[in-house]
Amino acid sequence: MLLLLPLAIVVVYSFGVRGTDGGYTAALVLDNYNRLFARADPFILSLEIAVAGTVLCLLVGFPLAYFLATRAGRWKTLLLVLLVIPFWTSFLIRTIAWLIILGPDGLDGFLTNLLGQDVAILGSPWAILLGIVYNYLPLMIFPLYVTLERLDPTLLEASKDLGAGRWATFRQITLPISAPGLITGSILVFIPLMGEYVIPSILGLGKIFLIGNVLQLDFLGSRNWPAGSAKAVVLIVIMLISVTFYVWTTTRGRGGREVSVL
Amino acid sequence: MTTRPIRPASDRLAPLVEGGFRIHAGLVYAFLFLPILVVVVFSFNGTTRYVTEWAGFSLVWYQRALADQTVQNALRNSLVIAFANAILATAFGTMAALALQRVPRRLRIAFDALTFVSIIIPEIVIALASLVLFSAARDWVNPWLLFLAGPGGHPPRVALGTWSVVAAHVLFNLSLVLLIVRARLAGMDRTLVDASYDLYASPWRTFRQVTLPQLLPAVVAGFLLSFTFSFDDYVITSFVSGSTETLPLFVFGQIHQGITPLTNAIAAVMLLVTITILVLGQFMLSRQSRASGERGSTPLGILEG
Repeated sequence: MLLLLPLAIVVVYSFGVRGTDGGYTAALVLDNYNRLFARADPFILSLEIAVAGTVLCLLVGFPLAYFLATRAGRWKTLLLVLLVIPFWTSFLIRTIAWLIILGPDGLDGFLTNLLGQDVAILGSPWAILLGIVYNYLPLMIFPLYVTLERLDPTLLEASKDLGAGRWATFRQITLPISAPGLITGSILVFIPLMGEYVIPSILGLGKIFLIGNVLQLDFLGSRNWPAGSAKAVVLIVIMLISVTFYVWTTTRGRGGREVSVL
Repeated sequence: MTTRPIRPASDRLAPLVEGGFRIHAGLVYAFLFLPILVVVVFSFNGTTRYVTEWAGFSLVWYQRALADQTVQNALRNSLVIAFANAILATAFGTMAALALQRVPRRLRIAFDALTFVSIIIPEIVIALASLVLFSAARDWVNPWLLFLAGPGGHPPRVALGTWSVVAAHVLFNLSLVLLIVRARLAGMDRTLVDASYDLYASPWRTFRQVTLPQLLPAVVAGFLLSFTFSFDDYVITSFVSGSTETLPLFVFGQIHQGITPLTNAIAAVMLLVTITILVLGQFMLSRQSRASGERGSTPLGILEG
């Protein structure tokens, strides 16, 4: 209830108009939605970055999760704790740290000197993707680890004995078995990513606008709450659609196996 | 799980693949900890202005941070908010978890789904929804206060500030505590409660002597995690804080003027606070799972709830 009430108010606001000094005045208009479709760029960019970020987390996270689940031995607990610690420390501070590392005194400056031409990773989508992988990686690794840990090594041996190569074994045994973790991890990364605004505003140097940044401007900057509410509603709808579609396509043909988030 | 080699020795690629896994793992961990290290190291920099220009080890920026009036104020606000949030979220979350045990299965599933949704939904959505809700509440309450105070009276005015931040954090953290405590409840031995009743203990006494001691590790872990969340939070706080400043807001504001060693010193202190609390929480959770002998998901406990 405590969650649904505010969301309901947001939906109501999204049909209103902006008050004289900001805020909200009651109305029933579709202006906010109409105007929004004319300026859909931040939505498209957010979707692109969210998809790219999720894929990158998966590519980096899968081998590590596999390593932790099958090879880490007695170091396992320690290594898992080491994953948890950065995850729960301040998001903001860890992102600011990249500002120093990438900045003109860091990597950007170094590369500029090295190549003799201006290199600016900071302020580009690449910096944002880096920050995303850095902050969201544990969310992908944990669910993958949980499913991979249950992987029965005898299955892999059987596959080998039957003459399957490394790639065939991976595709036919490891991947299907880790699918639930893969789906959960992707959702855990993708959904919060769609609303991300701290990383783009810090590492994008304010040059790159994702939905999160636009929402922040609408609510705290220009105080156009109805316009912001409309965008928030569209954001929630996009998330629901993409996640439903994703779960539907990935679980189809596997007897609709239930996917539990977390 | 054993670590016996899956590949027979005849596989020529095997050492390469095994080595690749190790190197990859090493790189990922370096990637995760390098930035934290950078912040901490440069906070000890005795330089006058440039963050990355190393000028010897010094504690000068810590002294300046502690002497700064704005920082002191922000720190006080952050601590008040984090403590209030942790206490309230833990109390309500635990109560909700206990209550959920008694409701019909169907309702419980609906509640569980809502809890999950509220945890994975982008924080910004919760932030703006809270802002809208609190503003609506304020606009509704203030005229009433004015009316009740009578003409010429000076009624208290409700405004966004410390308490709206606490309220929004509690809303968010409640779900977290709920999940952690419910996981513990699920692993609890019901027969102990029955035994307690059979021995004529009152419900209150049963709760105090049987249920609570068993739940305690989960409750403490929930408290500590709520505290760290609130202490570090930027997104929700920035939406509903009004003119109140907390440490994360202060640090974020600093970025626009360029990072100084002062920012790094504050950041290092914040890291220290959270890491200390996390280690404590981890300790409580691992004692909990060892005591109950559940399947060892110790380090994941924090995330899985």
